[in-house]
Amino acid sequence: MSSFPEFVRIPLADWIDAIMDWLLTEFATLFDAIGHILLVVLLYIERFFLWLPWWFAILLVGVASWWVMRKWWMGLIMAGLLVLIGSFGYWELAMMTLGLTTAAVVVSLAVGIPVGITMAKSDVVESIIRPILDAMQTMPSFVYLIPALMLFGLGKVPALFATLIYAIPPVIRLTNVGIRQVSPNVIEAARAFGASSRQILFEVQIPLAVPSIMVGINQTTMMALAMVVIASMIGARGLGLEVLLAINRIEVGRGFEAGISIVFLAIIIDRLTHALAARQEKMLTP
Amino acid sequence: MGTNKNNSPESTDKCLEVRSLWKIFGPNAEDLLDSGMPLSSKAETLEKTGCVLAVRDISFAVKRGEFFVLMGLSGSGKSTVIRCLLRLIEPTRGTILINGEDICAYDRAQLIHLRRHTTSMVFQYFGLFPHRSVLDNVAYGLKVRDVSKEERCAKAQEAIETVGLKGWEHQMPGALSGGMQQRVGIARALTTEPEILLMDEPFSGLDPLIRREMQDELIELQDKVQKTIVFVTHDLHEALKMGDRIAIMRDGKIIQVGAPEDVISQPADDYVREFVQDASPAKVLTAGRVMDEPDAMLYEWQGIKAALHVMSSSREDYAFMVGRNRKFLGLVTLKRLKSLLQTEGASIKDALEPDPARTDPDAVLEDLFPLAAESDYPIAVVDQDGRFMGEVQTSAIFENMIQDKGEGADE
Repeated sequence: MSSFPEFVRIPLADWIDAIMDWLLTEFATLFDAIGHILLVVLLYIERFFLWLPWWFAILLVGVASWWVMRKWWMGLIMAGLLVLIGSFGYWELAMMTLGLTTAAVVVSLAVGIPVGITMAKSDVVESIIRPILDAMQTMPSFVYLIPALMLFGLGKVPALFATLIYAIPPVIRLTNVGIRQVSPNVIEAARAFGASSRQILFEVQIPLAVPSIMVGINQTTMMALAMVVIASMIGARGLGLEVLLAINRIEVGRGFEAGISIVFLAIIIDRLTHALAARQEKMLTP
Repeated sequence: MGTNKNNSPESTDKCLEVRSLWKIFGPNAEDLLDSGMPLSSKAETLEKTGCVLAVRDISFAVKRGEFFVLMGLSGSGKSTVIRCLLRLIEPTRGTILINGEDICAYDRAQLIHLRRHTTSMVFQYFGLFPHRSVLDNVAYGLKVRDVSKEERCAKAQEAIETVGLKGWEHQMPGALSGGMQQRVGIARALTTEPEILLMDEPFSGLDPLIRREMQDELIELQDKVQKTIVFVTHDLHEALKMGDRIAIMRDGKIIQVGAPEDVISQPADDYVREFVQDASPAKVLTAGRVMDEPDAMLYEWQGIKAALHVMSSSREDYAFMVGRNRKFLGLVTLKRLKSLLQTEGASIKDALEPDPARTDPDAVLEDLFPLAAESDYPIAVVDQDGRFMGEVQTSAIFENMIQDKGEGADE
């Protein structure tokens, strides 16, 4: 058997380590600031979900599902799923998971939509960002945990950061696509009537990209939920941690309960955001 | 239309003038123009330099209130020209004067001002905003210039009624048929009360019946609003029907500019000749052009015997009757007139035929076919004020149609 020649050895790992060290020493204040902002956002959102009375949350999900999907029995099913989660004794953990997910989605949108718009406006920016997004989406999600851990230590903030990085590509991508696919005829008409580029962006391009952006939000939310579970390994509390503990102790029943609760959450979030996106789409194409 | 057909081309009130306009798509277009390379062939230039000569040294002027048509097949550069007029496409070189100002020298703000206040445009693919109601679409031109909501809605409502879309204000454009969508497009263009209306193949996407209806309505509208219109089309019939003057384009150049009759009767070269060959005179020649002065005419105050005398000398069995100022009254036949001789106190008015065939001078020959088929007598040509202009004999219609086109339009 032939082995790969040893003298052809690129020490990529060393370089990455060196870069990380350099980042940590030179930009410590920056990461502290970012960490602080993330923490504040997260705490407020988490506190809200934990404050929410359980019966009110169930009612809200039921009514919202009914209204968005236009079917009363969908409201019943969605509310029922939430009741099941509570009945497993996981209400509080589920709310924590939901809080972390929501925080990740909020920050993803705040960062991702402007980035997507910039990408749509410039082919150069697109050609730079697109491969980065590709890499981000193909990288195994565990890998994000390491730099997050190094930059922010253990706890909620690195969990949020890792989730953010993992979940942000879809919303960037679909914002970009949504804006790019606005018919050039419509944009030309707006220009011909003397609309400025700002008016074209806010009055024509963004409104017409909304259905696509909504699909991006849906995907980002689902990915955030998936990552929140994995991020429990670096200190995110919630349903993910419960699964992790069950794995360590080989408690199948407990793992299943926590796991199925995550699935229920995913179904509720997916159906709701998906139906919202579909409704937006329908408004534009009667 | 015919409102400006009699103006000489030297008429001074130019609303829009284009002087040696060039548009070259491709890298280093400017250098290509400076290089002095012969740019006579589109294909050759493309092969040698990779540049597309879209518009080559075009000049024309449009008078205020004129309906100016740019006609050419696809790829002739006509759509590029109309976009250059607003700098939706930046011209490579040339001067575009609107009300005497060179808009190519305009900065961003001036250009936006021009687009908001002086011009507006109607597009082949409508370019409506699918997320806005018909009313908001129509009001858009006023919204971009920050007109208050009440005012712009009032203006938009007015324009919607002008194009006959009352009752559809709150629909989304997607719910409308193609013809109605283009009405929205036209209403949107009218709302800003522009001086110049640019129309890029506005009716090409519509099916033939709707197209003709929209053409007629636009002609009617133009009679009312008297805008300066630049109208792009690939349809010769449309060009001949709508235009006060037509510019025929090929391969980025204007081959001929002239009134519809001139284009038909004196094609500038073989290309135009071939183009107009299938333009049936029936769709171009108007009643006003082929009519003749009748041999005999009766006046309402004449007596029956005098009338009979006039008619016998004309050797026709009919005559048109007019009043003061040639006001058209009708058609009298010899037979009826003779039968009145025995009646006490009868006047020649009693000999009038009910419902004689009549038309207006702008009607094209094609429109006269059914009239000619139904009537045994010539068709009276009567203008808008009710004045009798002349008569069109059935034989004259056919003579003009089979005649050599050159003579047909030259009389």
